Amino acid sequence: MTGILSLITFAPMIGVAAILALRAMSAGQDTAVVANRAKIVALVTSLVTLALSVFLVSKFDAKDTGFQFVETVTWFSGATYRMGVDGISILFVLLTAFLLPICILASWESVTDRVLEYLAAFLLLETLVIGVFCALDLVLFYLFFEGGLVPMFLIIGIWGGKNRVYAAYKFFLYTLLGSVLMLAAILAMASIAKTTSIPDLMVFKFDPQVQMLLWLAFFASFAVKMPMWPVHTWLPDAHVEAPTAGSVILAGILLKMGGYGFLRFLLPMFPQASVYFTPLVFAMSVIAIIYTSLVAFRQVDIKKLIAYSSVAHMGFVTMGIFSGNAQGVQGAIFQMLSHGVIAGALFLCVGVVYDRMHTREIAFYGGLANRMPWYAAVFLLFTMGNVGLPGTSGFVGEILTMTGAYHVSTWTALAATTGVILSAVYALSLYRRVMFGELVNPKLAAIQDLTVREVVIFAPLIASTLILGVRPGLIFNLTAASVDHLVGAYKAAVGG
Amino acid sequence: MTFQDALQLARPEVFLAASTLVLLVWGAFRGDKAMGEVSIGASLALFVAAGFAAVSPEGTAFAGGFIADGASSFGKVAIYLISPVAIYLGDRWLVRVGNGRFEFPILILLAALGMGMMVSAGDLISLYIGVELQSLALYVLAAFRRDDVKASEAGLKYFVLGALSSGLLLYGSSLIYGFAGSTHFDLIAKSIEGGAAGTGVLFGLVFLICGLAFKVSAAPFHMWTPDVYEGAPTPVVGFFAAAPKLAAMLLLARVLSEGFGAALEQWRQIIVVAAFLSVAVGAFGGLAQSNIKRLLAYSSIANIGYALIGLSAGSAEGMEAVLVFMVLYMIDVTGFFACLGALSRDGKPMEQLSDFAGLARVRPGMALALTALSFSVMGLPPFSGFWAKMFVFKAAIASGQWALAAVLLLGSVVAAFYYLRLIKTMWFDTAPGQTDKEPLDAKGVAIASALFCFPVVLPALAVLEPLAKTAALAFGLK
Repeated sequence: MTGILSLITFAPMIGVAAILALRAMSAGQDTAVVANRAKIVALVTSLVTLALSVFLVSKFDAKDTGFQFVETVTWFSGATYRMGVDGISILFVLLTAFLLPICILASWESVTDRVLEYLAAFLLLETLVIGVFCALDLVLFYLFFEGGLVPMFLIIGIWGGKNRVYAAYKFFLYTLLGSVLMLAAILAMASIAKTTSIPDLMVFKFDPQVQMLLWLAFFASFAVKMPMWPVHTWLPDAHVEAPTAGSVILAGILLKMGGYGFLRFLLPMFPQASVYFTPLVFAMSVIAIIYTSLVAFRQVDIKKLIAYSSVAHMGFVTMGIFSGNAQGVQGAIFQMLSHGVIAGALFLCVGVVYDRMHTREIAFYGGLANRMPWYAAVFLLFTMGNVGLPGTSGFVGEILTMTGAYHVSTWTALAATTGVILSAVYALSLYRRVMFGELVNPKLAAIQDLTVREVVIFAPLIASTLILGVRPGLIFNLTAASVDHLVGAYKAAVGG
Repeated sequence: MTFQDALQLARPEVFLAASTLVLLVWGAFRGDKAMGEVSIGASLALFVAAGFAAVSPEGTAFAGGFIADGASSFGKVAIYLISPVAIYLGDRWLVRVGNGRFEFPILILLAALGMGMMVSAGDLISLYIGVELQSLALYVLAAFRRDDVKASEAGLKYFVLGALSSGLLLYGSSLIYGFAGSTHFDLIAKSIEGGAAGTGVLFGLVFLICGLAFKVSAAPFHMWTPDVYEGAPTPVVGFFAAAPKLAAMLLLARVLSEGFGAALEQWRQIIVVAAFLSVAVGAFGGLAQSNIKRLLAYSSIANIGYALIGLSAGSAEGMEAVLVFMVLYMIDVTGFFACLGALSRDGKPMEQLSDFAGLARVRPGMALALTALSFSVMGLPPFSGFWAKMFVFKAAIASGQWALAAVLLLGSVVAAFYYLRLIKTMWFDTAPGQTDKEPLDAKGVAIASALFCFPVVLPALAVLEPLAKTAALAFGLK
């Protein structure tokens, strides 16, 4: 099975090459025809990647706590090409491969300008993101992590909305600022531990004083990516300006790289520092949950509202991770996966009306349920998932992260529960303002309900939200061994 | 050592010097119509010299004034291989602007010869000769378009300020000779062994570093760079932004490690300050530029700052990092200027940032190349510029200078803004109109270097890194 991870990681690049070849061969032909061919190539590529990832999960041994499917190729002194997955990362690979075909389908009609470049950028992004989750070498990890900025910058900047240039700059520079500190920390770790292998570093014991600095540097990067309050301000701008599929990727996958980083680096490598800074993270998480929920409530732009709600939901994730017990960490992983599906779906819901009306202003809409009953039903399901209604996947993550935090800090858990209420406030009021009431705006009189393509897009998302809501064990079976191992090592290191 | 053996060690330079003279006579007889022939001859001579350098025996010749070792071979191969690219680009470019004269390849040859001397210098005299030979050729090259006001201005500025820096260099050398009693690096090293470097020697060293800092355009001796970059012919800038900097960095590395290794703590302070200032000036100065050549001048100042960080580590790892950095940077910058040389609109070169608006639509290939090169110089993985920076920062952090490294990494975020602005202009803005068809030569070089910076660099590193490691051992540091 060696090589399957590289195959999954670089399979999208084959699609990129095919699209570039298509472009070179079909110079002078009708652009619409060429674009259609490219879309099919991209869709097939992403579906093949998805099939490979499903195959990977089926071959995964859930009992093994270590890394599986490991590949090691010596590169040059200072970096090794080393890939592997464990119970934590494998699900993120699957999530990425799952969302990508949906993104491509979602852009099928809404993107008409420079379609080939657009698809190539998405496939390139897929390679880089999967690479992040598979990399077992610090330098390789950084390469994928940072490389993702390039396609995302272009996606926001070229195919974004009115204020796209500002948003693209903000996204890029904010993330870069966080990442360069991480680079300094990576180089410092390499010089202290004399290795860049992540499995080796997970058992390396850094001096507690050094841990503090390294922790802060890594935290700076992941907190921006996550994003945590107060470095979340790039996210609403990026989300609002990005095209629909860009928002889906951003909310669904890119934000998860931050949480994944916490789990892969901060807890296992710097346990003492993690314990020391836990109150800080809890405070930031609680502020994120309450403050951004309140901010979300006051938004006039649908996308911005969902963006702020993402920040609030990520607050639960950070809280769960730093509770340092099995419930908290399991809940955080589950919350990330569930949020990837639900937030992605909500952005797609916004995309549905945006494609028709070209505005995201809440006040423009109202009474859509009259004309679009199917759409209203779909939107309702994901709104409920966002609120964390039992039976949807949103519930499981929230309850577990709060249970986990309760063991460590009652007050944190207590404050976080208010977030659950607040999320109901903003999400339901959004739903009321957009869907219910009379259809007063004359421009909405002829709006059409979901097309077949849109139904196809939403179907897998609906299914996974409901299935994960009632059978969360599907996820926990895969993660349990790795999480127990992680938490066990963490507790042993901090003497808890 | 017999004279014969000494000549053996200097074979690449002897060969280059002889070829230069032959080609010069050839050109003088045939006139400017011989430019193409002379260019081909010069390129061949450089390739042969690179081959000689690659298989050169190691040793010291001419009473210690000339060193052939791993580091010098490494530097020479790099310099002699990049110079033909400059000849090729410059030759075609000058013909297009109607300024083709056979002296151009000859001057590049002389500059390359000077650089070869620089990386082989074993005492202060050959150091000075190498630096001057290189500089004089470059002054003339900067003003090569003698009918052009800006080029003449650039050449004059470069000359006057360069002469000043040579003065500093000579003054420093004389002080060192006076106080240390020798011009040979190894004898200087002996005289300051055990931390016995007196004020006089250190005073001289400061001047020496200042003179060389001018040559690599490190702040605060960077003032000439933007003006000269702006005025001089584009392919010429591409040449002297690349090879001479490698030569001067190698020379600086050799002087500091072989001559003043015992005074590490003293010179490190100067280098750290210069590195810090260079990154700051390069990052913030570039923000206000609208002329792309000036912008690249600031970018080169910042990048020299990063190379100096590797030097400041004062370790074998640091020297290795500097070598890798300079080679990767050299290729980036060559590609960048090849792009600038290739692009024009209505016969006028595109030099303002606004000229690049919407290039991705009009010239997708060139835009893609420029984008890759920009991300590379910015230091974003997986492009080659990232690896270059990674090596120097790793060395700096390993030597305990993590605070400096963190601050300067933040500087790279500031600089990222202006590269992003170029990318934004090309991809997000709308084009004012068609550009002229790019000449094949410059386009080819541009695309080749873009391909090098990604993805060729990834396997290439596995070759380059061990070579640089071996070369860096020659400096005798730990």
